Amino acid sequence: MKSLYDLVIIGAGPAGLAAAVAARDFGLSTLVLDEQQIPGGQIYRSIEKALTENTPVLGKDYFHGQKLVERFRQAGADYLPEATIWDLGRDLIVSCLVDNQARQIRARHILIAVGAMERPVPIPGWTLPGVMGAAAADILFKSCDMIPEGPVVLAGSGPLQLLVACRLIDNGVKVAGMVETNGFGDNLKALPHFPGALRVPHYLIKGLSMLWKVRQAGIPAFRNATNLRVEGDESAEALCFDARGKAQKIPAKTILLHEGVVPNLQLTRLLGCEHQWYEPQRYWKPVLDSWGQTSVNGISVAGDAGGVFGAKTAEAAGHLAAIDISSRLQALSAQEKASAAAPLLKERAREMSIRPFLDTVFPPGRQALVPPGNETLVCRCEELTAGQIREAVALGALSPGQVKAQTRAGMGPCQGRMCGLTVAEIIAASRQVPLAEVGHLRVRPPLKPITLGQLAKLEIAE
Amino acid sequence: MNVDTQFDVVVIGGGLQGCSVALHLAHEKKRVLIIERDSCGQHASGVNAGGLRRLNRLVEEIPLSMAAQKMWHDIESLVGSDCGFRPTGQVRIASNQEDLATLEERAQKTRLLGYRHEEMINAEALRKMVPAIGNRGVGALICRGDGFADPALTCLAFRLRAEDLGVTIRQGSGVSAIEKNNQNWRVYTGAHSFDAPTIVNCAGAWGDRIAAMAGDHSSLKKTALALMVTARLPHFIDPVIGHASRKLSFKQMSNGTLVIGGALKGILTENQKDTLIDFPQMKESAETVCSFFPFLKDLPVVRCWAGIEGMTPDKLPIIGPGKAGSGVFHAFGFSAHGYQLAPIIGRVMTDLICRGKTEFDLEAFRINRFLP
Repeated sequence: MKSLYDLVIIGAGPAGLAAAVAARDFGLSTLVLDEQQIPGGQIYRSIEKALTENTPVLGKDYFHGQKLVERFRQAGADYLPEATIWDLGRDLIVSCLVDNQARQIRARHILIAVGAMERPVPIPGWTLPGVMGAAAADILFKSCDMIPEGPVVLAGSGPLQLLVACRLIDNGVKVAGMVETNGFGDNLKALPHFPGALRVPHYLIKGLSMLWKVRQAGIPAFRNATNLRVEGDESAEALCFDARGKAQKIPAKTILLHEGVVPNLQLTRLLGCEHQWYEPQRYWKPVLDSWGQTSVNGISVAGDAGGVFGAKTAEAAGHLAAIDISSRLQALSAQEKASAAAPLLKERAREMSIRPFLDTVFPPGRQALVPPGNETLVCRCEELTAGQIREAVALGALSPGQVKAQTRAGMGPCQGRMCGLTVAEIIAASRQVPLAEVGHLRVRPPLKPITLGQLAKLEIAE
Repeated sequence: MNVDTQFDVVVIGGGLQGCSVALHLAHEKKRVLIIERDSCGQHASGVNAGGLRRLNRLVEEIPLSMAAQKMWHDIESLVGSDCGFRPTGQVRIASNQEDLATLEERAQKTRLLGYRHEEMINAEALRKMVPAIGNRGVGALICRGDGFADPALTCLAFRLRAEDLGVTIRQGSGVSAIEKNNQNWRVYTGAHSFDAPTIVNCAGAWGDRIAAMAGDHSSLKKTALALMVTARLPHFIDPVIGHASRKLSFKQMSNGTLVIGGALKGILTENQKDTLIDFPQMKESAETVCSFFPFLKDLPVVRCWAGIEGMTPDKLPIIGPGKAGSGVFHAFGFSAHGYQLAPIIGRVMTDLICRGKTEFDLEAFRINRFLP
C-alpha cells in the first residue's frame, strides 16, 4: 500500500479490471478498490468461486470474465477488496473503509468503474418479503448458489429479465409467469434501430434463443401489463395486474421485479460532474468524452457507471480510459495512444451498436417510474409514500432537494440511491415539466455510513 | 402572464429573516414581494443546526434574543406550526477548573447587566441533567428554556404563512441591479423588474452585495459551516450540549438522530454557492464526541453537509436602515447565530418601516460601523 498512486480505480468489474491490466502495462502505479470479496463486479460475480455444476447454466458469456480476472491477478496492481468508498473529492483524495480502518489515499487520476444498479420498482407491495430485483436474485445465485423459491413470477422490462428467466428454468425452478410492462408498440418503435443491431448478430441470436427457451417451457407470458401490485399479508402471495383486457392474478412465492438498470451516480454526483439526461431509459449519466474523462479534472468513468452498455463495452471503455490516463500522466506518447486505442474504439463502437435497439424494445414501465397510487412506498429509509412526495410538491417544493428538506426523502442511510429517481419523476409529473428541469438530489458524504469511532481514527492523507 | 410590478416593499432574500420580515409586514397590510435567487431557505436558514440559544450570546444581542425566545415558545400562533420547537435547555460544560472560571466569568458578566437567564450548576446537577456525561464534567453554565427547532420545518412554516398572508414570492432568479427613480426603487431580476419605495436586504451571506448596490458599505465574509448527523438511537439526552473550551456541540433530535456541529469548517466551492465537507475537521469532532461519550463510538454517521454563513468582523449582524431616507433597510450577516433571532427580526424591521422606530437599541448593529 502506498499513500499516492498514479491511478486509483474504484470498482473491480469488467471496466475496472481491464483498466487496471492496461494501466499496469503502461507502468502506472495502480490501486483497485472494490466492495466485493473477489474481483468480477456484478456481471462476473464470484467467478473465481463458481461451481463446476453451474457452468452450463451460467453460460460462456459469464466465463469470459475468468480470463480477465486472471490477467488482473497477474498485472501487479495493488488490490483492496471489501473496501467501502465513503468520500471522494476534487482534490483526488479517496476516503475508504477497509478492515474497520478509515483511511485516505491520494491519486494522480481516478477512474470510477462502479457499474450500474437495478432501478427500484415501487409498485404496491414491493417491500414485502419474497419480492426482489431480478438482478439481485441473479447475484444470489452467482455468489451463494441460492435459487429463489418457486413458483416465481418475473415482472417488468429488460433483457436481464429474460436471462434470469432462462437461468431459473435451467435450475428447475417453476416459473409461473413472465409479465412484461413493455409490448409490441415498443418493438415497432425499435424497428429503425434493427439494422444497427445486425452488426452484432450474436446478441440477437442469444436473445432469440432465450425467447425460445421461455416459450418452450410453456410459461404464461403477458405483455403491456399495467396496474401491477404484489398481494400478500406477511409475504408475497401473488402478482396482480391488468393485461389482455382484464384483471390477472398469478400466485407465487417469489416475485422478481425488474425495470432495467441505471448508472450508479453517487460518486460522480458527489464530485459535481456534469450529467446529461438519457431519455430512452430515463436515467442520468455523466457527460464523458470518448475516453471517459468527466467534466472534473482527474476524474474518468468507464463502464455502466457512465451509461449502461454492458460488459464487453465496459471492458473496452476501461482499457481506453487507461490509455488516456497513461497519456495524460506522460506514460504514453500521442502516437502510442492513437495506435493502442484504434482497435478498441472500433470494438467498442461495434459492441454499442445493439443498445439503441435494446433500449427502445425494453423501456422502463411508466408505472414503475411514477407510482400512480398515493399509498406506494417510495423512500424506504424514511418510509415515505408517493402521496407524501406529492403533498410536498403541492406545498411548493420544486426540486428533489426541496422535497428532501420538507419530507426527509433521501436523508436515510441509502442517501437517496433508492428513491432519488422516483422522487424526481413524481415531481416532474406533478409539475408537468420535463424531468431534466426538476434536477436531482444533492449527494452528501459519507456515501456509506461510517461510525463516529471509525471517523475518529481516520488516517488522513498528508 | 400579467405580472404585478408595484409593491410596498421588496424583500431581497427568501431565507428565514426575509420570510419573517415579509410576514410581519403583511400583517400591517403591506404588499410585499420576496425575491429569492435560489429557493426559500436553501442556504443557512434551512440547513443550520437548529439551536435556539440565548446561552453565551454576545451581550449586544441579548435583548433581541430574549424577545425572540418568547416568540419561539408561542411560535405556532405566529406561523401555524410548532416548527419542531423543543425547549430542552442548553448546557455549556466545563471539564476542569479553567473552564469553570471561564463560565463563572461569563455568568458574572450577564448578572451585572441584570440578566438572570444563565445559571451555573455544579457537577452533581450536571450529571442529573446529562447522566451520560458521567464524571467528565465538573459543572456547567446552563440556560433553561433554550432548546432547538427544526430549520427545514421552520423555513417551510414561515414561507407558507407569508404566502397565506398574501406575500408574493419569486424564486430561482436573483437581483441583478437596483436603481432609484424618484420615490421608487426599481429592482431587476431576470427579465423582470419590480418597483417599491422600500427595500429590505435579507440576502444573508450575499447581503454585502445587495448593500453595495444601494450604496451602503459593509464587511462580510462567507464561511461554510459543517454538520454531521447520525443514525437514530434511543433517547439518551435532553439539552443541547456545548462546551466551555472544546469543539463539542450536539443535540439529539426528536427522531433520535444526533446532529453534531460546533464551528466545523466546510469548504466553499468556487461559485461560492456550494459547499464540500472537510473530513479531517469531522474527524476532530468525532474524536471529541467519542472522548466525552465513549458509548457513541459505534454510532454511524449517515450524512454531512455544510451551509453558507455571512460573518461580519465583530460577529454581530447588520440590522437597521441604510443611508438616511433611502428607503433601504438591512438585516443580514447574522454570523451563524441568526436562526433564533428570526421571529423578532421580522417585528423589528416592520416597526422600523411602518413606524420609523423600534423599542430595541440597534446601535451595535449599524451598517456604517464598518466604514473605513
